[in-house]
Amino acid sequence: MAIVDSGKTHTPVQPAAPARAPRSRRRGKGTPYLFIAPAAVLFTLSIAVPILYAVYLSLRTVKVSGLGLGPGARTEVWAGLKNYGRTLTDHDFLISVGRVVLYGAVVIPVMLGLALLFALLLDSPRIRARGPSRVVIFLPFAVPAVVSSLLWGFLYLPAVSPFTFAADQVGIALPHPLDPDLVLFAIANIAVWGGVGFNMIVLYTALRTIPTELRDAAELDGCSEIQFAWRVKVPIIAPSLVLTSIFSLIATLQVFAEPTVLRPLTNTISTGWSPLMTIYRDAFTRDDVYSAAATSVVLAVATFVLSFGFLRLVQAKAFAQESR
Amino acid sequence: MRRTLCGSLATLTLSALLLTACSSGSADAPKTGEKVQLNYWSWAPDMDKTVKVWNDTHPNIQVTVNKQDGGDPAVTKLLTAIKAKSGAPDLMQAEYQAIPTMVAAGALADIKGDVDPALQSKFSPSVWNSVTLGTDAVYAVPQDSGPMVFYYREDIFKKYGLTAPTTWDEYATTARKLHKADPKAFLGTFSATDPGWFAGLTQQNGASWWGIDGDKWSVAIDSEQSRKVASYWGGLVQEGVIDNTPMYTPSWNAALNKGTQVGWLSAVWGPGVLAGSAQNTKGKWKVAPMPQWTAGASSTGNWGGSSTAVTSQSQHKAAAAQFAAWINTDPAGVKALAAISNVYPADKAESAAALSSPPAFFTNQPDFYNVVAKVADTAGTFTYGPNTNVAYSAYNDAFGAAAQSKSQAAFSTALTKMQSVTLKNLQDSGFSTK
Repeated sequence: MAIVDSGKTHTPVQPAAPARAPRSRRRGKGTPYLFIAPAAVLFTLSIAVPILYAVYLSLRTVKVSGLGLGPGARTEVWAGLKNYGRTLTDHDFLISVGRVVLYGAVVIPVMLGLALLFALLLDSPRIRARGPSRVVIFLPFAVPAVVSSLLWGFLYLPAVSPFTFAADQVGIALPHPLDPDLVLFAIANIAVWGGVGFNMIVLYTALRTIPTELRDAAELDGCSEIQFAWRVKVPIIAPSLVLTSIFSLIATLQVFAEPTVLRPLTNTISTGWSPLMTIYRDAFTRDDVYSAAATSVVLAVATFVLSFGFLRLVQAKAFAQESR
Repeated sequence: MRRTLCGSLATLTLSALLLTACSSGSADAPKTGEKVQLNYWSWAPDMDKTVKVWNDTHPNIQVTVNKQDGGDPAVTKLLTAIKAKSGAPDLMQAEYQAIPTMVAAGALADIKGDVDPALQSKFSPSVWNSVTLGTDAVYAVPQDSGPMVFYYREDIFKKYGLTAPTTWDEYATTARKLHKADPKAFLGTFSATDPGWFAGLTQQNGASWWGIDGDKWSVAIDSEQSRKVASYWGGLVQEGVIDNTPMYTPSWNAALNKGTQVGWLSAVWGPGVLAGSAQNTKGKWKVAPMPQWTAGASSTGNWGGSSTAVTSQSQHKAAAAQFAAWINTDPAGVKALAAISNVYPADKAESAAALSSPPAFFTNQPDFYNVVAKVADTAGTFTYGPNTNVAYSAYNDAFGAAAQSKSQAAFSTALTKMQSVTLKNLQDSGFSTK
């Protein structure tokens, strides 16, 4: 994914005289694998093996004999695809999936739109205080999700919110963000607030690599700043936009921290508000790892399909630059 | 994004920590006369200072307290350690509603052989039933009980000419009078995030959400007794004279401090919570028995209350059982529990001796513990099932929606929903049900 040198020419590496080639090939053969080895081992142990174990667990269930109290009363047996069947026909789970799709439809365009806007603004030539502005926009990303959810929880609860206090002084009645019809946007707000900074940095970095010759050419053609941004910059950083979109897609499908932290503060968030909350509840509150494993496999497959599908969809258009 | 960049870093750190944690669970076989080290997971305030009383007088059995995040997270942690076959402590603070779940998971050891048979006579029948589950085994030693009482702001009651209600009809009238006099104030709130509170209220009316019949479980969350309580509260919320927001939130703390929450139906451990949440109101509260369904009756429910259990993974079960019995029934142990950890001991005889002065937050009411002692034994038997957590989380969802809708009918349908979720979960898990 070479975003960097669209304008420069680079000297391809010429193989040296044939007499030297076999020696360097032999010496370098095993080295790449040695470099990858620690990461591969850790990946296998901490990611691949648990995933396989989860798939195995999703095909099992527990059988209870008698009252189930006392040693040896519970045994693990094969369940086939029963857990999957139960998950896919669970009414509450399907509602949570729909909810999270709506949530993504709100968060992703707003977050990336704002990130793109900030990145373009920061990249424009006449900006002042570029450094401090970057830090201020990035700062919310540095706040952990639990802390930011608690923070916003305080700002949302009418009894303790400074916004409500200020509005009361002026006599305005603010809507309650944690009401059933607004709670989705309240949670989306926390995610956008925290995520804009990271995406802005990625897009801004991509914008900085655009060669200055293009700007000069555009100025000569009489292009305004906005036209230049919209017609030249955005298409060039399209691959970065695709990257941030896929990251955001994967993250929003797994939203967990914000609703979980806000849940004790209000009546309007259920224990299965998002799919990952359902998985957590099944595994740890209901002590049913098997159901939870099946639901996680379903969620993982759905995430994979959606992100891969999205990539396929935009690949031709977004990465058109690369082929040049 | 956040997850993928920091996620891999977190996974690496986590796996490194997990690998080291695996090795810390092993214990050496004890030799007689050698010093035994026990691990105790607890969240009662200042438990380490209370345990010091034991440590000072029992040099051969030393107990270390590991402070936990109270309630469900601690149970989750224990069950995970049991499943992983390492990492569980020797002793665990076990709330009564969690004991069936822990026994069903094989987490608790039967200490019947390691404790004095006369222990049973020290506790009330309902409390003893909670640690034996009606079987021959003894799974824990009761530590405290949580009989429910009614706390109210005496100064605000005086201001509006109200008196502490003795029946639920009077409670409703008082709530209406208060709300009419001050539209911002409420006599209480219906909390959809506190299932234990609601369970205690239904217990007062004679409900028992689970039952054992031979080797079958039965679920009776949707019983007549529970419906009466749910419907009563639904009516008050619908009228708007009782608030519908959760307890233990910053909003609720602010309301206690400001005086917009004027009463609190809670358990005997309430003063500790009030001291933490409503510091400005010290000395302004009074305690009274809970309102009754029939005039002149005397019954209450339990909210919480824990016991000390020995886990099945412990390598020193006899020593651990000895500590559990001592801390909860020996006069010195009970005195320390009451004075240092502010626990209301379940041991009837010892508690009377240990609780001579009122808690610090209630210095205005010297007969605080006399009021509580009158109701402490009046809780009916309430059986908890092997899936209490499931019922509790169903309560959160069902009554959250009902409280939000402020409709009395929704409170009854919420109870039905709880019943069906809990029963279905039992059946899906493979239990035989009636």
